[in-house]
Order: sequence, then structure tokens, then C-alpha cells
Amino acid sequence: MANLSLTKVPMPEQKPEERITNFDEVALGYTVEQAKEEATRCLNCKNHPCVSGCPVNVRIPEFIAKVAAGEFEEAYKIIASTNCLPAVCGRVCTQESQCESKCVRGAKGESVGIGRLERFVADYHMANAAEAPVVPEKNGHRVAVVGSGPSGLTCAGDLARLGYSVTVFEAFHKAGGVLVYGIPEFRLPKAIVQKEVDNLEALGVEMRTNFVIGKTLTVDELFAEGYEAIFIGSGAGLPSFMGIEGESLIGVYSANEYLTRVNLMKAYSKEYDTPIRQSKAVAVVGGGNVAMDSARTAKRLGAEKVYIVYRRSEEEMPARAEEVHHAKEEGIEFMCLNNPTRILGTEGGEVRAIEVLSMELGEPDASGRRKPIAISGSEHEIEVDTVIMAIGTSPNPLIRSTTEGLDATSRGCLIADETMATTRPGVYAGGDAVTGAATVILAMGAGKKAAVSIDKYIKEKNEG
Amino acid sequence: MYKIVTKRQLNEAVTLMEVEAPYIAAKAKAGQFIIFRIDQYGERIPLTIADHDAEKGTVTIIFQAVGSSTKALAQLNEGDYILDFVGPLGRATEIEGYKNVCVIGGGVGCAIAYPSAKALHEAGAHVDMIAGFRNKDIVILEDEMRAVCDNLYVTTDDGSYGEKGFVTNKLQALIDAGNQYDLVIAIGPIPMMKFLCEVTRPYGIKTIVSLNPIMIDGTGMCGGCRVTVGGKIRFACVDGPDFDGHEVDFDELTRRNSYYKTQERERASHECRILKMGEEAEASESKEV
Repeated sequence: MANLSLTKVPMPEQKPEERITNFDEVALGYTVEQAKEEATRCLNCKNHPCVSGCPVNVRIPEFIAKVAAGEFEEAYKIIASTNCLPAVCGRVCTQESQCESKCVRGAKGESVGIGRLERFVADYHMANAAEAPVVPEKNGHRVAVVGSGPSGLTCAGDLARLGYSVTVFEAFHKAGGVLVYGIPEFRLPKAIVQKEVDNLEALGVEMRTNFVIGKTLTVDELFAEGYEAIFIGSGAGLPSFMGIEGESLIGVYSANEYLTRVNLMKAYSKEYDTPIRQSKAVAVVGGGNVAMDSARTAKRLGAEKVYIVYRRSEEEMPARAEEVHHAKEEGIEFMCLNNPTRILGTEGGEVRAIEVLSMELGEPDASGRRKPIAISGSEHEIEVDTVIMAIGTSPNPLIRSTTEGLDATSRGCLIADETMATTRPGVYAGGDAVTGAATVILAMGAGKKAAVSIDKYIKEKNEG
Repeated sequence: MYKIVTKRQLNEAVTLMEVEAPYIAAKAKAGQFIIFRIDQYGERIPLTIADHDAEKGTVTIIFQAVGSSTKALAQLNEGDYILDFVGPLGRATEIEGYKNVCVIGGGVGCAIAYPSAKALHEAGAHVDMIAGFRNKDIVILEDEMRAVCDNLYVTTDDGSYGEKGFVTNKLQALIDAGNQYDLVIAIGPIPMMKFLCEVTRPYGIKTIVSLNPIMIDGTGMCGGCRVTVGGKIRFACVDGPDFDGHEVDFDELTRRNSYYKTQERERASHECRILKMGEEAEASESKEV
């Protein structure tokens, strides 16, 4: 008999007043009992619509049935057979717009907490699994993966399982890409990412950090070194700025820099040398998940006032509802319908305020969202000492500028077809490098598709 | 891990190290840089490549111990390892097509001026070099520089060695003496580069400066190294580090490089974990060249 509760079993969380004083994970995860209870909400419907909403095809009802039966390792095997980063996905995948959006239970009440269950299973496995993964027999073919973010790790994991010798090249000193430099510890503990990376290494994937493809070696040189195919998952690139006055003042960060200092370089820990501004009042410009992450990070670093400055209304915000909710609980103030016009500085060149213009919503624009229109003469200042620009990125030029025959769009995104093949034979690409800034799960889906295509490409090449 | 194969003290505060990094050594060109991280807790610090030997697989760095990472680096010895060492990053200095060049280094900036002069010299250009120092005690790389240029002019602020005066005076004198330079490369402290650009501006001599702003990844992700050049935001790590000096907003760069000065000082007073060197070097960590 299915559990007919209309709501998900609530996720235990650190209390807001507590968590803003630390960088520990906010959501604490289900207990065994909570997981089993939530699992019984799944109706195990015949045509399992949820699976069609999953870019990495997790066999959702099957694993949930195992959770309900208390067979957690079995559940893990089902998830891991198609998803090589379950502990990551269970935390940061936008399930509400993927699998959970298709869940029949969502028609009346809340969908099944698929993400929460996935996280439970992955964490259970990490805490309890004793045996090392079985290393597949090598097939003698080598593939290079550029970038160790979600798309690269997924592609590497899937190819390793098929027997390929995979080398992942990472520019930073640590593998994980945006999972380690971008997403904060309190949403995705770095120890979790490290364990997922360790799992891949146990599968035989080689991680080469401090290696910048496009600089240390080019794509052509990778082929010359004997790699038969290359996957490019180099991520989004240069942070965008608004082009307004004052963006070079001391106290203005790109979200990338701010988050990297804190997440990868651990500026919040006294043990590390990384400096970060000690802010009292912070304006974060933007309304996406990166903006929420930046704002919540600033709060934890001790800022008394943290504002989200967003030119549209809350309804149009691209951030996950859960992140907005968490941010509000933590005292982040939302100043929607405000568009920055300039950043004002002190004589010493430090930020003292951000000037914004009030906006109102007009007709829907190309994105389908109502277009913000400036209310003339409504400029006003918000006193802040720090401004964080979280308004997106433009693709990194390092690889396309050093690789012949690799075409990009006018915006600089690599062109890849539905098989993730680029315009250069043997070179595949996916993730933000192709789509521009998007989500972890979409990047993973692309990595997965690319792995299938690369397998096919290498097999055909060697048969032919 | 990257092994230090040679270490040489060039003056009291400036150290030369040859580091085993075969991939970087095979690729490096004059003007490019590496980023190192001393240990798990260290910052990522950019340093321009002073020299490289593809056959030996080594990269030479020359640095002044001014921040906690460079001070810790200076403590390491031959046979020790650096945790992280990545590169070559940034664009190489453009050397093609120049016939008569003046390369100017200030202080430890000579370590970066040297490979540019060498590359130009090897490409067949006539190269004059001006190397400026505060005094005789801190003169570095004199023989190396002399070997890669046609004329080397050493200046010291106090006249204790070479000619008394600043590099700006010497450049002006060389121009006045009728030297027709088609390129000036200026590398050193920001004020020096700024004033050298003012010397060349009236003559319309193309002047390239090498900038070293605060940086984290060095691959075009963090945006920390942004500089204003010709009124536009540029990223030193992927668009530079060389820029047209006549277009650079040096005052803004000076400000941005002092971003963490207060914190650096506080830290330094808290923990005196490393030797007392380079105390007078007020520059922030990332300004090291």
C-alpha cells in the first residue's frame, strides 16, 4: 500500500541561525527510517515518467523500490549503473525541473523526493560499502577528457566502465571543476566530491591536475600522444561584467572569483593563506543559483547585510526555489526590480555604495519572461562595501583559439551536434563549454551522451 | 609535485630556481607565466617564466620574497618539491617584425625583461637594454642580460653602480641621442612602467608592458586579473599579460593590487613563520614578477 502523504518527508536541516555561522552542509540527509518512508510514496507507475526527465536515465522507480525494501546497496547499484556521481546529483541536481517535475504524485501534492532518496542511497553506500569497484578489463583504447567538472567526470566514468583508458586533464590543482570551485561547501561538501573522484580513480581513470589543454598541450598534441578521441568539458569561461562605472573598484568581485576564493581556496578557514574581503554589507547582482551561493557565502563570512539585486521580479528568478527559500531563511534581503547603474567608490577606490534604478515589468521578451523596464528618475543608492557580479559567463577561448577546425558559435560556445560531436572528427564536447552556463545535470547528460558516441566512433574507426 | 633542481640567490631578496616541469618547458615562450602553489594551504601565485630549457625539461623562475608564498618558496632548497606548478599561461610576447628594440627592466622585473630581450635578440633584432636598480647590492642578471643584447645600460638610483639615475632618464637620453626604436618593452614596478610610457608617448613608440595583477586560476575563469586597457575590461591571464602600455590604466592597477594589503600586513604581524626578508617590499603578493 503506497504512502498517500501529499508532502515529502521533510529533510532535516541545520537551523538558519546556526548555519549562517558555519560552512557545514545545510541539508542533513534522511535517516534510514525517513528514506524508507519517503520511498513508499512512489507508486511505481508503469510508464515511469520520471525516468524520461532524467538526463542520465537513472532507473528511478527500481531504485526507490529497493530503498523501500531496505536494500540500500542494491539501490546504489541501480543508480550507479547509469550515474557515476550519485552523491553529487542527490544534492545539486535540479530535480524539481527534471525527474520530479514528471512525477505523477506531483499532480496532487508534492512529487516523490527522488533527489533526497538518491542522496540517501549514495551517502549510505559511501558510509557502508566495503568493496572497491570492479575495474573493467581494458580494451586498449585511450581517450582524453578535458576538464574534470560534471560533464568530464561523467564521460570519463562511463568510458572507463566500457574498458577505455581515460585521462582527465584539469587546469586547477584539484579535480571536480565547478563542483569544487563553484558550489559552496554548505550545499556540496568537498569531501563528497573527492569521494566521487576517488571512485573514478578506483575505476582506473587517471586524473592529471595542473594541466591546461590549449596551453600545456593542445588538442592536436593530445591526438599525437595517442588519444583516439577527446571530450571537451572545459566549462564556462570568462565572467561577465555589466560594463557600468565602478566595476574595477576594490570590493567588486565576479561570483567566480568570490566563490573560488572561498570554495576551492578555502578563504573561510584560518589555516589557508587565501585572503577575502571582510565585508559588512554586500550586494550580489543576479538572480541565479550562483547569485544565491554568493549571497549565502557572504553571510557566512560575516556580512551583516546581504542583498540580492535583481532586475526582474522574484517570479522570473532562474535560481532554484529551494535556494531562494534557504537564502531568505538566512536573512538575505531580496531587492528585486532593481538594476545597477553604477558602483560608487571612496576616495581610496573602495566600494561604498551601488546605485540602482527601479524597474517595472512590461511585456514578455524573447526569453518569455516579462521584460523589466526602467522607471526613469528612480535611481537610489544602497550602501554596501562589496559587490559581487553573478550575471553569467562567456565561454573560455583557450581551446577553440588553439584548435584548428573546431567551430564555435558567435557567442563562443563550441558547436556540438546531438551526439555531442564537434566539427572536428574525434573531438566531442559538452557541458557549459557548449551550452553556456547551465546545470550540473545537463552537463552530466552531455558527458554521458558523448561517452556513447566516443565508444561508437572508436569502434567504427578500428573496424573500418 | 615539481622538483627544484637548481637554486641560486641573486641578491638578498631575489631567488632563482630551476624547476622540473617538462611539459611547460617544451612549450614556454618569452612573456608567459606559471602559477605555483607552495602547499595545500597556499595561494596560487603567478610568476613570469624567466627562462626554460626544453631538453632538460626545466623552467626557471626568479622571484622576490614579498608575500607568504614567495617567502616559503625561498625557504625550499634544491631537491625539494613544489606542490603545484602549472603553465605556460598567458600569451607570449610578440617579437616578430621588430628591428630596433629597447627592453627595460626594473629591479626583479629584469628577470622578465631578460627572456623578452633574449627572444628578440635571437630573432635578429637590435636590442638595447636598460636595467634599473635601487643600488649596487641588488643588481641581478647582469651577465645574462649582457649576453642577449647589443648594449646594456645599468642604472642605480643612488649611483652606486652603473649610471646614476632612473631608467626613464636613460631611455630619454637614448632617444635624444637619435636611437630610433620601433618597440619599447618595459617590465618592472607599476610606477616605472607608467612613467616609461609617458617618455615614449610623445614619440609614438609602441610600448609593451607586462602586467601581473591578482589572479587565481590563470585560465580565464575568475576574472580577478581584470585590467582596464583602452577603456575596456581585459583579463591579464588570457588577453595578456602583455598590453599596450599607452592604453593601460595604471592607477587602477595599483589600487587593485593593494586589494588585500591590510590583510597581508595583519597576517604578517600575526605569524612570523618565515624569514624577515623583503620587508621593504610593500607590494602585495600578486605583484611579484
